Amino acid sequence: MVHERVMEKLSILADAAKYDVSCSSSQSNRKNKDNGLGNAKGYGICHSYTEDGRCVSLLKILLTNHCIFDCAYCVSRKSNDVKRAAFTVQEVVDLTIGFYRRNYIEGLFLSSGIFDNPDYTMERLVRIAKKLRLEENFNGYIHLKAIPGASDELLQQAGMYADRLSVNVEMPTEKSLKLLAPDKNHIDVIKPMEYLKNEIVGHKEEKKLNYKAPIFAPAGQSTQMVIGATQENDMEILGMANYFYDQMNMRRVYYSGYVPISYDTRLPAIGTPVPVIRENRLYQADWLIRLYGFNVNEIVGFDQPNLDLDIDPKLGWALRNMNQFPVDVNTADLELIKRIPGIGFLSAKKIVAARKFKKLVPQDLQKLGIAYTRAKYFLAFATPFQLQKDLTSIQIKDHILNTQKSKYKNDFSNQLALF
Amino acid sequence: MTQVIYDGTYEGWVTAVFEIYEYKLQDIVFAKNEASADLLFSTNHTVITDEVKVKRVLSGLQKRLSKNGFQGLYNAFLSETNKIEEIMFRYVAYVLSSTVNVEDDFSNNDVLELRKAIRLTGKESHRMEAFVRFQLTKDQLYYAIVEPDCNVLPLIENHFKSRYADQRWLIYDSKRKYGIYYDLKNVSTVALQFNTESNSSKFLAEIGDEGEELFQDLWRNYFKSVNIESRKNTKLHLQHMPKRYWKNLTEKIPDIKGRI
Ligand code: SF4
Repeated sequence: MVHERVMEKLSILADAAKYDVSCSSSQSNRKNKDNGLGNAKGYGICHSYTEDGRCVSLLKILLTNHCIFDCAYCVSRKSNDVKRAAFTVQEVVDLTIGFYRRNYIEGLFLSSGIFDNPDYTMERLVRIAKKLRLEENFNGYIHLKAIPGASDELLQQAGMYADRLSVNVEMPTEKSLKLLAPDKNHIDVIKPMEYLKNEIVGHKEEKKLNYKAPIFAPAGQSTQMVIGATQENDMEILGMANYFYDQMNMRRVYYSGYVPISYDTRLPAIGTPVPVIRENRLYQADWLIRLYGFNVNEIVGFDQPNLDLDIDPKLGWALRNMNQFPVDVNTADLELIKRIPGIGFLSAKKIVAARKFKKLVPQDLQKLGIAYTRAKYFLAFATPFQLQKDLTSIQIKDHILNTQKSKYKNDFSNQLALF
Repeated sequence: MTQVIYDGTYEGWVTAVFEIYEYKLQDIVFAKNEASADLLFSTNHTVITDEVKVKRVLSGLQKRLSKNGFQGLYNAFLSETNKIEEIMFRYVAYVLSSTVNVEDDFSNNDVLELRKAIRLTGKESHRMEAFVRFQLTKDQLYYAIVEPDCNVLPLIENHFKSRYADQRWLIYDSKRKYGIYYDLKNVSTVALQFNTESNSSKFLAEIGDEGEELFQDLWRNYFKSVNIESRKNTKLHLQHMPKRYWKNLTEKIPDIKGRI
């Protein structure tokens, strides 16, 4: 049974873990077996929302905030004067089970400062996951941080028990990493990523041949970049993300707007606002790349290295590519319809389904729930109606911004609002 | 105008559909259990749920709808939104009169309204999967009180059954006064009088397991610790966690000493 003293540890170690955003529990399907406890659903469930509106789906804690390193952007850094604490293996297990049974969480996200050395730390993380799986017959979601520098054998074991593993790059470029985390090497992060990628791919292949083959990190790996702490532009950030998606088979790249926590002169001063809009734009761009079939350099390029803050990247792309419009939703390909501002992924599919019954007119589109006031500038219909033709992209942008001033909603997906 | 009175169950409603055709009733309005006293209604027609009729209607629909579309009709019923029975009837009439599958005909108002209701039910059941908060009693029953807008217990039963296979649990809908109970083997529907007035502290003192208070406090503590003050966004917070759910959410209820 968890003892009262765990209370204080929990506030310290949950507080220290909260800046890590890679915490969604989706993309793993783990069935409840032998009438045990829990399962993991493909879509994940947010059980609560913080007052800043972020989803709480996992018990996200550090095993300890002791650390031998001194990364400037991190609250747990060696030189920071904070209270230190460490959970025992059993305490983390008890907390996870107790929270899970009450339906507070989908599972555990366990990260850690590095005490002593990487292997010593990693070994404990693995022990917790192993205990949950083997002793508690727990089938809920487990995400472990892979500690850079930990041995391959430990990473191998971690993958046997965890659903997802992540190594955070934290800084989008090597230069920034050198500046802010002098103890760390880019390669220390890349190496475990590469190892995990190969293992994940290898196990998947094996599974195809033999369904009894063990699973390995079925939800894949993810990573996180802190943005706004250093000078990188969005092109560098998205370029890095693209590299992770292409080369490391990354499931997700998370972007974490830097929350100033330090008087270090290398970093934005305390009180500097968190770049939430920029962060949201990056997620939108990431979304376009992963789900809408956009290429990175359609979204940012040397002529325009940063995302617009006032409009979303899809609208931005459309305004730069007016030659692609107007699009006739009654005949166009799904892929092209998805690219029309104001029409999301699901609405595009609905349009393609509904047009089999009749020729769609503007009123039909409005019924389908698309953002018509935005989409109308990019639409053509066979039936004549007042199309606001001959507007320049600047005029369209003005119109859109004026009509949607206050209710500037995320129009791609609900999920975006989570961040 | 005819008022069709049925027992409030889905089967009852399906029987009513059959009889509307059978008796060629016109201008129908549905009523649950008892006739509305409104003088507007010239005739009343009372429906007795009939399995044979239910089967015939359902198999007709099954032939003309996809698996999802068929299930969707039931989900729409559970939404309990205003006039849903009438919308469903018009929708079913459209489905039955058409030779092709019409469930994607989004330019049709009834199709659209039905979809809306399905979405609403879906959203609410997803939320209930998230917002159920079990409390452990002295006799090792995990119980939770919920108060959803839509009648979603039938839809979340399997989720909880496959997730909490090794603990006894009860989820009670205080609005509709019934619950679903899992006894480590099966889930059954139970109608019971539950004193939902008993707030958390009273519960803890009287029937709560001894570890229960600690876990609730740990959860509140966790909830507080993960908040990032400099990113506070109340609008977003409320959008995701509407106030109507708060009274059954541990993290939004003051602890036993009255602290939040
Ligand atoms: S190694 Fe990790 S925990 Fe340690 S200071 Fe760097 S970022 Fe923080």
